[in-house]
Amino acid sequence: MTPLEPITVSHLHHPAGDRFGRCERQPFVEVDQLSLHYRGKPAFQDVTLSINKGCITALVGPSGCGKTSFLTCLNRLTDLIAGCRVSGRITIETLDVLAPGLDVIQLRRRIGMIFQKPNPFPLSIRKNLEFPLREHGVRDRRQIAQTIEATLRDVGLWEEVKDRLDSPALALSGGQQQRLCIARSLALAPEVLLMDEPCSALDPLSSGVVEDLIVSLRGRYTILIVTHNLAQARRIADDAAFFWVQNGVGRLIEAGIAKQIFEEPHDPLTAAYVSGMRG
Amino acid sequence: MIETPNQSWNLREWLAFASVWGAAVLVTVTFCWLLGDIIWHGLSHISWTFLTAPPENAGRRGGIGPILVSTGLILGVCLAVSLPLGVGTAVLLAEFTSDTNLFGRLTRRSLDVLAGVPSIVFGLFGNAFFCKTLGLGFSILSGGLTLACMVLPILIRSTEEGFRAVPDNYRLSAAALGLSRTATLVHLLLPAAVPGLLVGLVLGVGRAIAETAALIFTSGYVDRMPESLLDSGRALSIHIFDLSMNVSGGDANAYASALVLVIMLLIINGTASWLATHSLHRKIVTV
Ligand SMILES: Nc1ncnc2c1ncn2[C@@H]1O[C@H](COP(=O)(O)OP(=O)(O)OP(=O)(O)O)[C@@H](O)[C@H]1O
Ligand SMILES: [Mg+2]
Repeated sequence: MTPLEPITVSHLHHPAGDRFGRCERQPFVEVDQLSLHYRGKPAFQDVTLSINKGCITALVGPSGCGKTSFLTCLNRLTDLIAGCRVSGRITIETLDVLAPGLDVIQLRRRIGMIFQKPNPFPLSIRKNLEFPLREHGVRDRRQIAQTIEATLRDVGLWEEVKDRLDSPALALSGGQQQRLCIARSLALAPEVLLMDEPCSALDPLSSGVVEDLIVSLRGRYTILIVTHNLAQARRIADDAAFFWVQNGVGRLIEAGIAKQIFEEPHDPLTAAYVSGMRG
Repeated sequence: MIETPNQSWNLREWLAFASVWGAAVLVTVTFCWLLGDIIWHGLSHISWTFLTAPPENAGRRGGIGPILVSTGLILGVCLAVSLPLGVGTAVLLAEFTSDTNLFGRLTRRSLDVLAGVPSIVFGLFGNAFFCKTLGLGFSILSGGLTLACMVLPILIRSTEEGFRAVPDNYRLSAAALGLSRTATLVHLLLPAAVPGLLVGLVLGVGRAIAETAALIFTSGYVDRMPESLLDSGRALSIHIFDLSMNVSGGDANAYASALVLVIMLLIINGTASWLATHSLHRKIVTV
């Protein structure tokens, strides 16, 4: 795999005018004929999808169609699940994600993940950001402090927590915790962000704040977001992929530009789902 | 409208009430009586000299200095061996073997059986293995190692429970951040498992410090000040047993020694629960 650049804060400095970055529609992650089995039982099959660099791709579909499972293939979190078998091909630029000898630690540094339920570590706010940085070899105190400030500013949390960086992260509100988790991922300078229903455990107000944050990350990160909130998907997504369960197995029914998926879907299943008639 | 409850309690409610409270009162009264008896008879004999002086006249007079030292050393050996082994095994069982793994299941089952084995059996085993086979003789080392064998099952199982109580999403989010298993273990799981470890430690040490049967055959009876770990040394509980059973006129010192033992137990308990709440406050564990 390509050697990683050292983590610096430079990736976080972006001129104010560039705040809402653009999506270039250039394939970055290629998924080819991907299938996943849990103990021999297929969760989803034959998913072929190309994800564009710097764009927000929304994954939508009913419960149990394999959206979460799909995300966990990309950062190889599937390795942790006993009896889980993934077949097919995933490439990020030139990196073969499913190659057996791959350094998953480096892979997961390039691909951050945000979970449905905010899950900061039971440490202080500062330690939550510092601990992963240190483990990835950043030792310089000044650099750590800079990265902490820059990422917290990035997620709009700095002003709220700058005076209590050493208080427990779990004392923050749900929305703040989720933004801290996003900051924790951003601190490692990832290229791809996987978000599994990042707003669904939050109140509407916090949900809106996190949604705005995600939009502000467009262009700088390639974002895959699972959401059950179709209105949200319409608001923020550049591209969309629609999953559906057929005979108990998840399938990718249709993928493409979000506007087209939501407004003129080709497949009748998609049409029924996005108009709220099914699912 | 809410129905007014039946004014007169029916028989079943009364019975339940009486038996629950009866049991609670019985336990408390028994404990207080026991403690009161020991304090009543023992407190007047306790002094600095009693705690430091060697026993005289088979323990009828003099103090328990060497006995406290032996007890401390035996406990020290026991902890030095059982803590690292216990935590290591708990980590292996909780983090690196799946629930269905045959090796894990066998180990867990054996530990549960071992935890219930009477201490005299451990004593005989320790005598045969540490004293004879390994040639350590009647010594503090043999005694400590035997106690370690006895304490390990409890320690391992409760530490393992401590690890299992840590929510899985810590492991997932740590892995998703590209943290190694070792880093996750050391920085996240171990601190979160400390309360479980402390519970096991209190139960284990409590059992060890009060142990007689396992020590009679391993660390022996000698009430001199031990000079090395290979010397025989008399533990506090054995001293109490000896004074009250074999030495006529030793009751007063037996009471005083028992009081010292109880105080030690209370201190260990108190320290552990303080540590547990302290570490919880520092970490704040999610519900
Ligand atoms: N660890 C696992 N072991 C076995 N089966 C699993 C596991 N995780 C998920 N599954 C199964 O795989 C299928 C897809 O699950 P997945 O969680 O990926 O769906 P999802 O689209 O994310 O659903 P939701 O919208 O409810 O989050 C489901 O049938 C689920 O029961
Ligand atoms: Mg899901």
